[in-house]
Amino acid sequence: MSGASSDASTLANPRELDLGLPVSYLAEGRSVASWLFTTDHKRIAILYALSITFFFFIGGAAATLVRLELFTPEGNIVGADTYNKLFSLHGIVMVWFFLIPSIPTTMGNFLLPLMIGARDLAFPKLNLISWYLNMAGGLLTLAAVLAGGIDTGWTFYVPYSTVFSNTFVTLAVLGVFVSGFSTIATGVNFIATVHYLRAPGMTWFRLPLFVWAMYTTSLIFVLATPVLALTLVLVIAERTFNLPIFDPARGGDPILFQHLFWFYSHPAVYIMILPAMGVISEVITCYARRRIFGYSFMVYALVAIAVIGFFTWGHHMFTSGMSPFAALVFSFLSFIVAVPSAIKVFNWTATLYRGQIGFESPMLYALGFLGLFTMGGLTGLFLASVPIDVHVQDTYFVVAHFHYIMVGASVSAYFAGLHFWWPKVTGRMYPESWARFAALLMFFGFNLTFFPQFIAGYLGMPRRYYTYPPEFQVWNVLSSSGAAVLAAAYLMPLGYLTWSLFFGGRALNDPWNATGLEWRTTSPPPRQNFFGNPQVLAPPYDYHPEATPPGDEPRIAEKGALT
Amino acid sequence: MLDALIPAFLRPESASVQAAKVDAIFIGLLLISSAIVLLVVGLVVTFAIRYRRGSSAKRGEMPTIVSREFEVGWTAATLFIFVFIFWWAASVEIGAFSPPKDAIEIHVVGKQWMWKTQGPSGTREINELHVPVGAPVRLLLTSQDVIHSFYVPAFRLKRDALPYQQTETWFQATKTGTYHLLCTEYCGTDHSRMVGRIIVMEPQDYAQWLTRQPERDGLAELGERLFSERGCSGCHNAGSKVHAPSLAGIWGQSVPLEGGRTATVDEAYVRDSILQPERDVVAGYEPIMPSYEGKLSDGEIQALTAYIRHGTDRFDLIGSLNLAPAQNICAPGQTPPESAPNQSLRSPVMVPGAPASGDTPP
Repeated sequence: MSGASSDASTLANPRELDLGLPVSYLAEGRSVASWLFTTDHKRIAILYALSITFFFFIGGAAATLVRLELFTPEGNIVGADTYNKLFSLHGIVMVWFFLIPSIPTTMGNFLLPLMIGARDLAFPKLNLISWYLNMAGGLLTLAAVLAGGIDTGWTFYVPYSTVFSNTFVTLAVLGVFVSGFSTIATGVNFIATVHYLRAPGMTWFRLPLFVWAMYTTSLIFVLATPVLALTLVLVIAERTFNLPIFDPARGGDPILFQHLFWFYSHPAVYIMILPAMGVISEVITCYARRRIFGYSFMVYALVAIAVIGFFTWGHHMFTSGMSPFAALVFSFLSFIVAVPSAIKVFNWTATLYRGQIGFESPMLYALGFLGLFTMGGLTGLFLASVPIDVHVQDTYFVVAHFHYIMVGASVSAYFAGLHFWWPKVTGRMYPESWARFAALLMFFGFNLTFFPQFIAGYLGMPRRYYTYPPEFQVWNVLSSSGAAVLAAAYLMPLGYLTWSLFFGGRALNDPWNATGLEWRTTSPPPRQNFFGNPQVLAPPYDYHPEATPPGDEPRIAEKGALT
Repeated sequence: MLDALIPAFLRPESASVQAAKVDAIFIGLLLISSAIVLLVVGLVVTFAIRYRRGSSAKRGEMPTIVSREFEVGWTAATLFIFVFIFWWAASVEIGAFSPPKDAIEIHVVGKQWMWKTQGPSGTREINELHVPVGAPVRLLLTSQDVIHSFYVPAFRLKRDALPYQQTETWFQATKTGTYHLLCTEYCGTDHSRMVGRIIVMEPQDYAQWLTRQPERDGLAELGERLFSERGCSGCHNAGSKVHAPSLAGIWGQSVPLEGGRTATVDEAYVRDSILQPERDVVAGYEPIMPSYEGKLSDGEIQALTAYIRHGTDRFDLIGSLNLAPAQNICAPGQTPPESAPNQSLRSPVMVPGAPASGDTPP
């Protein structure tokens, strides 16, 4: 916030002007223990970043094998059981150990206190515990994989998972169960932080949209995850202790499982997309040099998505034999929840109007997000229409749809945020041309991978098929080729970002000339986040005076070290 | 006519009354969505070029006051469009929900990893279903193990088959031909091989095909029905409170009678026990069963006997097919795994590409 009144002389970059200020959070202790027992939200964010990167590449490797196998209609690289275990591994790891923690636990952890002018999260120790819970869950699931794998798919549908599968279901489910407590802890922590630790002047309607996104995501964390935990306990109880709960042979109801599971897992989709929306709101305003268009509508839209998202779960079950009237109610609510998403897209577009638009790599990712999210959202309308859903349910159309949202949109936003805040987090600049190239490659690779899947699905190719009728091969070959491009695009940031840690140029405190409290401290910030006490005097995204268009300011501040 | 908007190779085969309706909504939605994508992408690209950094485009005064009008305007517009699509899709769904009264009834049983179907006259098929064109067909689905889903892309038809529950759906084919039948609910190892075909025939061909099906011995089914209708099951079922011997698996066994004698359970013994129950009472039981003399015809006694011979505990629609999971077949057009030694043991109907009626030429 340009109105943030911090004593300007305390914001010096110590490398350029040594005022004897505290060192950055990275320099406070270099031992392994200083990382593993830290309560600094910024260090915990780094721990999370390392673990989700690890899981991202595990899930990605499984996806690569799946796409390789689908190159031809027959089975030739792995066996049917291995194939089933691979797509299950891909789904479980990507959903629970990459996507759900991705933006909240890395950028959320790092930036939430910085953006509201706090010294740390409300419960720093709980924050550390939540990382350990997340790791414990992830390792339990990995143990299940090493022991022989799990073949139920990420949805664990009963009675297959409880009675029929001969794989390590209990162990993997236990892993997901444990990681659930990690997300609940994070949610509680974020909610308390936003309520109690805002700096003077940081009113609710001056919160950056990223903070609002974290807040609404945390509400879903806290309200939905216990339902998942309960459901998974019931699965373990039936499988391990032979209690008749879902098994229809003993009077149970397998559809009950689906209701419980989707009551969590549909809101979980919004857990994956709301943080992405927050990141995009920060990035687009900065590179368009514009105030966000319709700030209050953007806030209401986030809240509306989080609330209505709780009442649409039934649209996953239109073909399960649900009453036609229940199906229509869920269909209606699914159309309604699309309205706030549409509003957000229009507002981002309108934010570009009369801006001074720059095309640095974070902005390229953000513009890619806009296109992919629009595609993913609109194909959601097809699935919300009952007659069309009956045709494309459980086909590659659904696979393409949710990858457009979860990978196209969420992962693009993740990379947008990663590049945008990289200088703040690490104090280093990455090679911009490499980053731009990776952004473009990711966009084209993504579309080549997933657009053909819409067609294959509409033509009738079911998902989770190890072998498939040969007429679908052309679409699968296109998709698999795209996956190769996408894999290369995902590996590139791993390379050049790592390179930048050692050889990148030193970052200025505010390299993008952005508003926002996180830029009003050094890069990287000290343990205490701020020198002096931040105070907020202006609304967010104060890139130009109201009613006056933004001028052509330089993106890289040329004001020296003092911002 | 809207179909012409999509090139043929991007269109799935459309062979049912429902398919045409679904396609109409799909194309409508596709047009609306394309318009929105073009609008958004068009505006983003236009703004990105026109208002790129340092461009000479006039920025002018920022219109602050219109912001709220814009917001309300496009919120209302999207709400209107989305509710309209919902209304359209919902009306099609409601209109097509109930099958016509005269629909042909087909029972479908899913099991790992095959589809079993049974028509109204008792014709049974594995991974195949023959139906006449133009006639409504009502499907009653269930599963023997896990959840499966019965999917015929050409009919835009999908319904889950749930264990121990019955679901139903219906279709009316409009074109003769052979169409994919696919399982779309993940069900384990050979989920992707749980595929078959729907063969839509001209009504006269269908009638001919029906006559070529082997006569089925319906006696045991009749017996099963009589067993409960005439009250036998009230005492002889396992859960009954009345002290009566269970009839499960007793065929061919010798049973101890009152007074140290034994009897072998065969047609004569069963018939005698129904007509003169007090004569040879099984040891340890009271002679409480009433005589059915004059209450059952000979045919009905035969049916009951057939049912008991079959085994009252083992008899059910699913079990009578009695196929091992390993015998499931490949999709039409796929080659079976080379390592299948028992391939020749399969019934002709299970061999891909074989005429569905068996060896007899049509």
